[in-house]
Amino acid sequence: MLGGQSGWKGLIVQLLFVAALAWISYAIVDNARDNLQNQRIASGFGFMSQTAGFGVSQTLIPYSESDSYTRVFLVGLVNTLVVSVIGIFFATVIGFMVALGRLSPNWLLSRIAGGYVELVRNLPLLFQILFWYLAVLGSLPNPRQSVSLFDSFFLSNRGIVVPSPIGQAGLGAFLIAVVVAVIASLLLPAYARRRLFQTGKPLTVWPYVVGLLIGLPLIAVLIFGKPVHFEIPVLKGFNFAGGSRVAPEFVALTLALSTYTAAFIAEIVRAGIQSVHKGQMEAGASLGLSRGSTLRLVVVPQALRVILPPLTNQYLNLTKNSSLAVAIGYPDLFSVFAGTTLSQTGQAIEIIAITMGVYLLISLVTSALMSFYGWRIGRSMGA
Amino acid sequence: MKRVSLVLSLAIVAGFTTQAVNAQTLKTVKDRGILSCGVSQGLPGFSAPDDKGNWTGLDVDICRAIAAAVFDDATKVKFVPLSAKDRFTALQSGEIDVLSRNTTWTVSRDTSLGANFTGVTYYDGQGFLVKKSLKVNSALELNSASICVQTGTTNEQNVADYFKGNNMKYEVIAFGTADEAIKAYESGRCDVFTSDVSQLYAQRLKLATPADHGVLPEVISKEPLGPLVRHGDDQWFDIVKWTLFAMLNAEELGINQSNVLEMGKSDKPELKRVFGTDGNLGEQLGLTKDWVTRIVKAVGNYGESFDRNVGAGSKLGIARGLNQLWNKGGIQYAPPIR
Ligand SMILES: N[C@@H](CCC(=O)N[C@@H](CS)C(=O)NCC(=O)O)C(=O)O
Repeated sequence: MLGGQSGWKGLIVQLLFVAALAWISYAIVDNARDNLQNQRIASGFGFMSQTAGFGVSQTLIPYSESDSYTRVFLVGLVNTLVVSVIGIFFATVIGFMVALGRLSPNWLLSRIAGGYVELVRNLPLLFQILFWYLAVLGSLPNPRQSVSLFDSFFLSNRGIVVPSPIGQAGLGAFLIAVVVAVIASLLLPAYARRRLFQTGKPLTVWPYVVGLLIGLPLIAVLIFGKPVHFEIPVLKGFNFAGGSRVAPEFVALTLALSTYTAAFIAEIVRAGIQSVHKGQMEAGASLGLSRGSTLRLVVVPQALRVILPPLTNQYLNLTKNSSLAVAIGYPDLFSVFAGTTLSQTGQAIEIIAITMGVYLLISLVTSALMSFYGWRIGRSMGA
Repeated sequence: MKRVSLVLSLAIVAGFTTQAVNAQTLKTVKDRGILSCGVSQGLPGFSAPDDKGNWTGLDVDICRAIAAAVFDDATKVKFVPLSAKDRFTALQSGEIDVLSRNTTWTVSRDTSLGANFTGVTYYDGQGFLVKKSLKVNSALELNSASICVQTGTTNEQNVADYFKGNNMKYEVIAFGTADEAIKAYESGRCDVFTSDVSQLYAQRLKLATPADHGVLPEVISKEPLGPLVRHGDDQWFDIVKWTLFAMLNAEELGINQSNVLEMGKSDKPELKRVFGTDGNLGEQLGLTKDWVTRIVKAVGNYGESFDRNVGAGSKLGIARGLNQLWNKGGIQYAPPIR
């Protein structure tokens, strides 16, 4: 407690402190508003309901030029979240693979993994984003000469266009079948473990899972008919009409963010695994576990305690780095809101405040989720 | 993050100062001994550094002319390169004294940014650049096209208006800087690059084979480009405004860089007022009596600056067109110096 006091005295000091802080912040904000008004710089949040009047290339929620800046904000936020979540997923998978590769007794594999880490970590991220975007995806053919598969999948410098599903009569039954199958598959391992403890007979779960996941939906389709109809994209004018598209901006950004962050994650994971005593590996081997199983069941769970905090940091970095998107025209929050909206309305202070608040919130939520995960692991290990 | 730091300094200035910080720009500039001028990040003809780091261009000349009028030294300018989306914040936060960066004068910018436009240095309009191999002859054939544009520009909004107004589909990809946009266009990501027509010509020079790309005939908007200063300092506003007017009047009166000293000796009443050998118009502005001489000596008259930077004498080779003087068929018209 402040000043080391306790009880009432401490509480009063703290209250006074908070009140003073609130008063000072109020005075600053009030003063800023006066100054901005005197200078005729628009202020306040009224602009959020004004018409945006500009187009956005990739939107996961419906958007048109005549929507408001609030809508633009949401479009940007969703785009930022999507690229971050997918980027984090791939960064984690690649990062763990590279770390295991690096620790592998196979000389070549460990050298390749080491080379990857060194190369990717030492090139500026912006350079890598532009590399994927301009040099790799930019060298794909134009839509008229696109590479096609079965005349329904197309790869060009406008991205990947695939047939898009349109719901049919059988969709409801199909979805129910999938949900049932997923729930059953999730419950199976618990059942298997109970059986193992009670009867001592192990149960290999995966064939049942595969059977459920494929079989149930298949039966639903056979009885209730096709769940979806696929709309095939066709070239119309300059671009493809119909179908769904994954744009090159999104692909380049996700690739760059996940491969870049993966290099850092790989080092964190390697350090984490190496922090687990060698004896654990030997203990696993002496129990007759394979190298893979020892890693998975013995070493990694212990290593996770060391890995999680810096890993969380990398997740936060990836999210922050996604704001480089504007360099390749991916409409993330920073680009459409703190960029276009800011320069159209001129309300810099409000918009940067909102944007920074949102990134802060994303960071806090990410950290909270990771702490929760860490707490659960700790508990399940009885620590 | 340039933008965030600009905004933070704006917030600090607004939150912690008790009065308008910028009421005395002329004094601030004189005390500092150098003019701080916001320009583009490199737009040939308007504001671009050469290989020795010397800035040239029509927009640059405005700042050099202001510096000449204030210091009698056109080199006393610090050029601050700004992207389209950062430019206004840089002016608001006081990082620059004047923004001279091919900026379109619109009512919203004039009223909500705490800035005032001082005049029009170049009458422009928005157009489209396409690969000639696409065989497109009119913007109305651009239905479903992908369009590269720089974010934070009027161009981004105009293109939405135009396609919506003509019931055409489009996909607009907005980039942070002009270089990024033009590279994506060149790589084939976009069918079209759009911006003010003068800038299309300037950016085209950056392409590997400029001759393969053509500008479509349609001009879809009015883009009067001009300098801006902060709201609330009338003296500084007048100085920047009359610097351009001085260049235009000089051209109209036949005063140029090579004859300015000679003509300064004239005893025609009109010229005596302009050169300050009679009256004190320059001093009324807060400058010196010989302000026009200083300006023309440093950068020439408007026509000379135009020709040298964007016109016949430059790589861009743009015709005077609308930017010809009013008495020669254009619409450039400056109020008289009297
Ligand atoms: N006149 C328009 C467009 C200005 C603009 O930024 N144009 C781009 C077109 S390429 C440009 O000059 N970019 C150069 C740069 O960012 O350095 C406006 O004021 O919004």
